Formats: sequence, C-alpha cells, structure tokens
Amino acid sequence: MTVPNRDIDSITGIETTGHEWDGIKELNKPLPKWWLITFYATILWAIGYWILYPAWPTLNGYSRGLFNYRQREVVAQEISAGRAAQAQFREQLAQTPLADIKMQADLYRFAIAAGAVAFQNNCAACHGRGAQGFTGYPNLNDDDWLWGGTIEDIHKTISVGIRAEGKDTRASQMPRFGIDKLLTDADVNDVVEYVLSLTKRGRDAGAVARGEAIYANQCAACHGPDGKGRHEQGAPDLTDAIWLYGDSRQAILESVKTGRGAVMPAWGARLEPATIKALAVYVHSLGGGK
Amino acid sequence: MTPSDAYIIPAPHREAAPGVARHNVAAVNRAEERRLYADRQKIYPKLAHGRFRGLKWLVMGVTLGIYYGLPWLRWHRGPDLPDQAVLLDIANNRFFFFFLEIWPQEFYFVTGLLVLAALTLFLLTSLAGRVWCGYACPQTVWTDLMVLVERFWQGDRNARLRLDKEKWGPRKLYKKAVTHASWLIIAALTGGALVFYFRDAPTLAVELVTGAAPAIAYMFLGIFTASTYLLGGIAREQVCIYMCPWPRIQGAMVDQDTLLISYRDQRGEPRGAHKKGQSWDHRGDCIDCKACVAVCPMGIDIRDGSQLECIQCALCIDACNDIMSRIGRPRNLIAYDTIAGRQAAANGLDSNVRLLRTRTLLYGGLIALVAVIMLAAVLLRSTVEINILHDRNPPFVLLSDGSVRNAYTVKILNKMHEPRVFGLSTRGLPGALLTIVGSNGDGNIRVGTDDLREVRVLVTVPVSYLAPQAPAGSAFVMIVTDVASRHGNERTTHFQR
Repeated sequence: MTVPNRDIDSITGIETTGHEWDGIKELNKPLPKWWLITFYATILWAIGYWILYPAWPTLNGYSRGLFNYRQREVVAQEISAGRAAQAQFREQLAQTPLADIKMQADLYRFAIAAGAVAFQNNCAACHGRGAQGFTGYPNLNDDDWLWGGTIEDIHKTISVGIRAEGKDTRASQMPRFGIDKLLTDADVNDVVEYVLSLTKRGRDAGAVARGEAIYANQCAACHGPDGKGRHEQGAPDLTDAIWLYGDSRQAILESVKTGRGAVMPAWGARLEPATIKALAVYVHSLGGGK
Repeated sequence: MTPSDAYIIPAPHREAAPGVARHNVAAVNRAEERRLYADRQKIYPKLAHGRFRGLKWLVMGVTLGIYYGLPWLRWHRGPDLPDQAVLLDIANNRFFFFFLEIWPQEFYFVTGLLVLAALTLFLLTSLAGRVWCGYACPQTVWTDLMVLVERFWQGDRNARLRLDKEKWGPRKLYKKAVTHASWLIIAALTGGALVFYFRDAPTLAVELVTGAAPAIAYMFLGIFTASTYLLGGIAREQVCIYMCPWPRIQGAMVDQDTLLISYRDQRGEPRGAHKKGQSWDHRGDCIDCKACVAVCPMGIDIRDGSQLECIQCALCIDACNDIMSRIGRPRNLIAYDTIAGRQAAANGLDSNVRLLRTRTLLYGGLIALVAVIMLAAVLLRSTVEINILHDRNPPFVLLSDGSVRNAYTVKILNKMHEPRVFGLSTRGLPGALLTIVGSNGDGNIRVGTDDLREVRVLVTVPVSYLAPQAPAGSAFVMIVTDVASRHGNERTTHFQR
C-alpha cells in the first residue's frame, strides 16, 4: 500500500480531493459527522421498519411485518372501544320506558346527542338537517302531527313507518277523488272551496255550501266533521295553519284529486331499539312534542 | 498549533504587575482569528468574587427557588377545585394562578402578561442593556449552576484546564463521570419540577416515583431533562450566541444613554504590564492581566468593546475591580457606563446618566397603560358568561294556530366556585312565552361549580301578537338572572317570523 499523495491547498491549508479542473481544485470538505450519523441512522431505521411493519408487495398480498400491524384492525378496535364506552348508556336507554328518559338528566342528554347523530344519518335526507321538512315531508319542529306527537306516537311512527312494508305499519290511503272519477271536477272544486272556508278563505258562498255536503259524505269519516283530523288515520287537521303540501288553492285541489299518500320507511328492522328510542327523544325535544 | 490549542494550554504565568499573574487566555472571538465557520473553543470560566457575583448568586437562589417551589404552594379555592396556587390544568382547560382562574376563552390575560413581560424587557434593555441575559435568563442561571457543579468536582479554571489536557485515567474518568452525573440529576429535577405545574404536585410526585404517572409526564420529564443537560451543561454560551434571537434584537433598544458594561479605554489605554516602582503617568491603568477574559462565561474580551456575544453578566467588573484594588488604582476601570458618558469623559467632561428619555418614558408609559388595562379587566371580570345562539335551521317554526316559535341554544358559564341557579326572561318581545327544553317545570337552570351548561330554549310569540305588517325579524333582549343575587345579565338577540 502506498501512502496517498496528500495535496494541501496553500491558501487555506486544507487538503484537496486531488481533483483539478482548469487549475481549480476542490477542497476536501467531508460531510459533517452528525449529518452522516443521522443519515446512517435513518437507513437503519428504514431496515427496522421493513422488518417490523408491512412494507413489501408480494405476488399475493404484502409482507406483514413482525408486529403484524393492520390499520383496519386499529379502526375496528377504535370503533368497538367507542361502542363499549357508550354501552352502559345504550343499555340503560333500551331498558328505560320512553316517558321516564326525561327524568334522568344524563340519560336524556345522551339520548338527544345520540338521536341527533342518528337523525343526520338516517332522517335528514327527507326531513332536512334541521328537521325543518319540505313540501310533502313534515316539519318535525312544529306542533302539528299526522300520527300523533306524544313520545310514544313518535317512537311508533319511526319503528313501523308510514305506508311502509310490514303489517304493523301506519297505513291509510285517501281516495284519489279526481283521478278515479269518484267526484266530478265541479264537486272537487266545491269541496276545495269548503276546505278553504275552514281557514276563512272561502270566496264563493254557494260553492262552500255545496262543498260542505260533499265533505260530510266523503271526507268527514277521516278528517272529522269539524275538519280537525284524526291521528288514528293520519288524517291532517284542515283548520290549522300548517299544510304539508302547501296552503294554496292549487295544492289543496291537487291533494283532493290525487289523494297523495307519501311513504316513510319502517326503521324498526334497520336500527337498534336504543337508537330508535334516542331518535324519538330527539324529535320530541325539537319543540313540537306533546 | 491551532488557535484553540493556544487558548487552553496553560503557559508559565508572567506577571502583569507585581504580585498579579497574567492569565494565559485569549478571547474566543478576537478579530484576527474570526472565521466564517469557527470550531467551538471550550471556555473555562474562572470564579469571580465581588458585588455582582454576589448579586448573581442571590438572583440564582431566588429564581431557582421560585421555579422549584411554586408548584408546592397551596391556595384554597373551595371544594371540587384544585388547591395548587399555580396550575396549568390542561385536562380540564383551566389555568389557576393564585386568586385568578382563567378559562380558555380568557387567554388574553396571558397575552397581556406576555405583552407586559416584553415591554418590561424592552425598558430594562434600554436602561441597562441585557440585564435579563446577564442575571435572570434560565439559560444563564442553569449554565451558572452547571458551572458551579463542574467547579465543585473538577476545581477552578486552571485545574479544569489541566484535567482536560491529562490522559484518560481513573482520576479523570471519575471526575468527569461525577460531573455529568450531577448535571443529569439537576436536569432530571428540573424536568421533574416542570411537570408539577401541570398536575397536582404532591399527587404527581408519588405517581412519578411509583411509576403510576401518566406517560406524558414521563415524556416531558425526559424532554426537559435532556434539554437542561444539553443546553445548560453542554451547549452553554453557544445557545446565547447562535440559538437565541434576543442578542440580534436588543441592538434596537440600546442607545448612547444605555448603561452598558464598558471598558473605559480612555482610562485603561495604553495597556501593558506594570513594573514595580514604575510611574502610572503616561500609561493606562490596564495591566493586561486578562482577569476579565478569564472569568467571562462567554469567553470574550470586554476590552474589544460592546459585542453580540456579551450577555452583560458583569463578572468582568468584579474581576477587574479585584485587580485594581490589589494594584492600588481606582476601581471601575470596567463598569456600567453609557456611550455618551465615555465620550464626555474622553473630552474631559462630567456627565450624568439620563434615565428619563423619550424611549424609556414611552416604554414606561406603555407598561403603565397595559398594566392598568389588565388590572381593570381582572377587577371587572364577570363571574358568568352567556352565549345565545339563534337556530339557523329552521330559522323559525310556524305552529298550527299560526303562532311563531324560534329556538335558541343558551350557554351559561359559571365561573364562581359554587353551584348557581339561573332564571330566564325576555324584554322587548310582547307576548313571548319561554320554554326550556328538558327542564322539569320550574324554569330554572342549575349550573354546577366552575361549569358550563347548555340548554335549548324555545320562544313562542302567539298569533295575536304578530302584527301582519311587522318586519320579518326583530331584536329583543334575553335576560339571564342569578336567582340568588337577582343580578341580571342581558344579551340582545333576534326573533324571526
């Protein structure tokens, strides 16, 4: 072995690399030691990572690593941990009768919070994020309920649905007076005029009088002789300020002709009992609950 | 021989004056060897004796005493609340500071405190330079403590120089090992004291020892042990020179009337060794003994003038005064002096230090202003905080009889150390009916000690009060009344129809 010919730069006194380009020499300035050590440490770290964690694709999957770490499992564990944390309240919710939930402050607060989340996931698509409803989809904040506004009524409606599948469902069907030619167009006009008169909007006294007779025969069985509606049939109150399909003459005419008959799914088979209870508590707390 | 070797090799002492040895030491940053990429030269500060060294010991004792002792101070606040005088309760979002309890939304108190601290720093700097750096900065205090420990195990400057030149053997190994072990113990105690500010100190102390403390406590203990050991024990002056931004900023606050540690070159130069019996006429008082350089923890020469590296610790004043007394010359060749004062002295004039200047008056005025604002904010601090949010969706609800109802989320925050009961009422909304959702009828809202309660409130205006031509929205006042004291807090909100 020969001792390398060390070339010392005369100006700086520092060894050069021996490389020379047109008389310009490169000083030998190695990387800082701490930098090199850090660099090698990162390489070691990477090797450790390859061995311990999933890293390499294989023909039918990937290398598992010694820790056998899987993100899916971590997520599953976090979800079950969350469920476990709620389990006590959910159990309590399932056991407690609906009317008593309000008496237990902590349980009531949990039910409202859980109900609000379940509402956004399952109900908001039709009823709106604020449960404000749309034309044809009831506003759940107000005090007008087709099938009853007690917490038990609300709970049942959510469980069995309206005109949904299942024999327990809340079912009723207003006849299609116009489409099925049960009433003539003139009769339909008269009965609409009478219904408008219930909210003091009748214009033609003659039509109102004729309509009243038709109403008594055709409508009073469900909507009641006074037009106040019946929760048993889900028949709306025709004397109040709230109209599911709009309060215009045209909207009422449309209802009489077509019978409407919207559908709400039965949630009893889709959601856990505790969730449905929480939903009932939440909807009842929106302000309209009886 | 590289410059750094020249710094550490103890050469035979020569005399600077009869009976006064000259230290073989050179400033680490002297101009003739200042390079773009300088290797670190180890500094061996010699122990100084004198007025400023005494003051620094006192400041060290007081500041370390406060740091280690404060978490153990108790302050009774009543049941359900921690009794630690100073506690940053991160878990419960509270900051307890003696009589004050700060909620997260009141963090502006801390901001105000930081503004005050910054302004005080500015004022002190414009009056007397880097007094913070020299006396009270944790970096200075802990470095001083670490040097004290090093001196205890390895001896003063010359002994440490000799030890470092020695070959590694049992004696050197032992001395180095006990030094580093002592540093690590101090560092661990420092990190240990820090975590006590975040959790009840007596409880945590037991937990730390029994291994029951939260992992985060051990983590921060570890982090602060490492940083104390590295910054105070190993890095020392490098932190002040290269890591700290303050030396760069403070130049903006220093002017010709600022008291700075200055070498009075007018009196000192020309410097040189003084022979026995030689006259002091036609020469300076500086005998070039380099005692000022030997004691400097930053390794610099104050006689080179004011410089970025100087933390203004005043140890060179002590060292020089000691020498001046021994050679029978007047003290304060190195002293706190202003640039203006030195210029006046150069012209043979007397001068007074001007403490009241536009700059200091401005800083002082700002400090007073911020302090008054903060004091007022603390004294007028409300014990209840109320937020009323109007429902956005739906903005209003039409009821079957034509009445209109609006819903609100009312948040009541009780800052008192006892439970309180609040009642709700309205003003400016004729016919309004209030309902509290989930309330059991009495219409009262109970808020626990130091707690936040959120309730949903329905306000209904009957149809008979709804004038057909009234505007769509109207403002009204919701009043939250403390039932016990009958004190009402009003918040304006609006009703939509």
